[in-house]
Amino acid sequence: MRPFTYARPDDAEAAVATVGADPGAVFLAGGTNLLDHLKLGVATPSSVVDLGRVTSTAITELDDGGDGDGDGDGDGAARSSTTRSGLRIGAGALNSDVAAHPLVRRRYPALAQALLAGASGQLRNMATTGGNLLQRTRCVYFADTTTPCTKRDLTQPCSAREGWTRYHAILGASEHCLATHPSDMAVALVALDATVQVLGADGTRTLPVAELHRLPGDDPTHDTVLRHGELITAVDLPASPIAARSAYRKVRDRASYAFALVSVAAALGVREGTVADVRIALGGVAPKPWRATRAEDALRGAPATDESYRAAARAELADADPVESPLGGNRFKLDLVVGALTDTLRRLTEEQHS
Amino acid sequence: MTTTIPIGLTVDGRHHDLDVDPRTTLLDALRERLGNTSPKKGCDHGQCGACTVLVDGRRVLSCLTLAVAKDAAEVTTADGLAPDGALHPVAEAFLAHDAYQCGFCTPGQVCSAVGVLDEAAHGAPSAVTDDLTGPTVLDRAEIAERMSGNLCRCAAYTNIVSAVAEVAGDAARRGSTVEGADR
Repeated sequence: MRPFTYARPDDAEAAVATVGADPGAVFLAGGTNLLDHLKLGVATPSSVVDLGRVTSTAITELDDGGDGDGDGDGDGAARSSTTRSGLRIGAGALNSDVAAHPLVRRRYPALAQALLAGASGQLRNMATTGGNLLQRTRCVYFADTTTPCTKRDLTQPCSAREGWTRYHAILGASEHCLATHPSDMAVALVALDATVQVLGADGTRTLPVAELHRLPGDDPTHDTVLRHGELITAVDLPASPIAARSAYRKVRDRASYAFALVSVAAALGVREGTVADVRIALGGVAPKPWRATRAEDALRGAPATDESYRAAARAELADADPVESPLGGNRFKLDLVVGALTDTLRRLTEEQHS
Repeated sequence: MTTTIPIGLTVDGRHHDLDVDPRTTLLDALRERLGNTSPKKGCDHGQCGACTVLVDGRRVLSCLTLAVAKDAAEVTTADGLAPDGALHPVAEAFLAHDAYQCGFCTPGQVCSAVGVLDEAAHGAPSAVTDDLTGPTVLDRAEIAERMSGNLCRCAAYTNIVSAVAEVAGDAARRGSTVEGADR
């Protein structure tokens, strides 16, 4: 590990000012990704600014006047009464605490399931909400400083293109980078229309989680649209009648403690056999949590059937660009997306009939 | 050039003041500075779980924790779970069920299992919990999922699950509900 200075400021403004003043400074939250990168030499900060005293760990209800009416599917008053307000999750809230929170489990099951599908019990006790969003790709070439990588160094070529791409992108990649965003949590947040509160030197701003991460284009070195020194202080989940009917499905090489090959976060409202409302995001397939707007558009008003769900998945994959590489490529993800999305929506449909 | 930073750690009930290079992990502070070798350095990258300790009561990976960030924390290692040589019920169950072979991963497994039992007692769900709002019952599938962050290269997994299941016993069968999830 290269030497760095360490600071533990007492408030968010000081943390933002400290990092903002040093181009080589980084924030430290749970450390599960940063410590690994410090050891690997992937991260070589001049200073580490610890957020331990800075970010809120609170999970509180937001009075945002959400309609909470339900979608007329006869689900019952008791359930819709739990969807009348949104939720604010402090950026310092631990992944395990968010997953276990009663309101998250009742109102946003896809988020609880996504968090529980990620990492291990120990890591979830360390990893924070803000840090989870800002974790970096697990592309093996990015993590190995002896292999060229454009995300680490713009002057280097991408090693994945001719390499091992089982965990790499089929949507949204560029010739310079095929890396996927590894977060499960972020996929659920994107499907649930969550927003992030960001504090910078010039004050606060709010942006949708769906717009937080960027596609690599010709500069894969920046994963997000955040400026240096900007700090995520909270994640807001809007009130949403269909969020209580959401689910997260993760397909991976091991039953536990593995990153996604493909994952699906979906929320579904069915009325009289027809899709009344739907939210879908995909993980493991793109450089960012992928909001599947094409699939959503194809589904609104369509019959709530497997046939519709498969067609919607294929619509989303119309521009997919799987890699054919000597080490197996990742074309298999096309079928995996269709299967995982269809299965997730079918289960949500069945739940609404039971 | 790096300056050291003074911190205080309570480890297995004893307070220690020490000056650490900010790069020092909690694992290295415990092993190299305080001579507590019960947390093991397996992968040193957060993949194997051998370095698992309890910090302020919760299981974490000491290899991915900066010691300086845990100033004033209370750390419990597997060593501290056996004060004066009296084994913790989880460690006793590991013996009874032959839940190890070489034993290198065992201190981390034991700390992790203690964390699992506490998390279940607080009603925490897992990735294999069908009903997120239902009771938490530590059956074998639940234990295997919750212990998945601790690798055992001797593959004693079947007996590890049995050991944890025994200790879970009544506490797990009693269960708890989402109402009890207070953290």
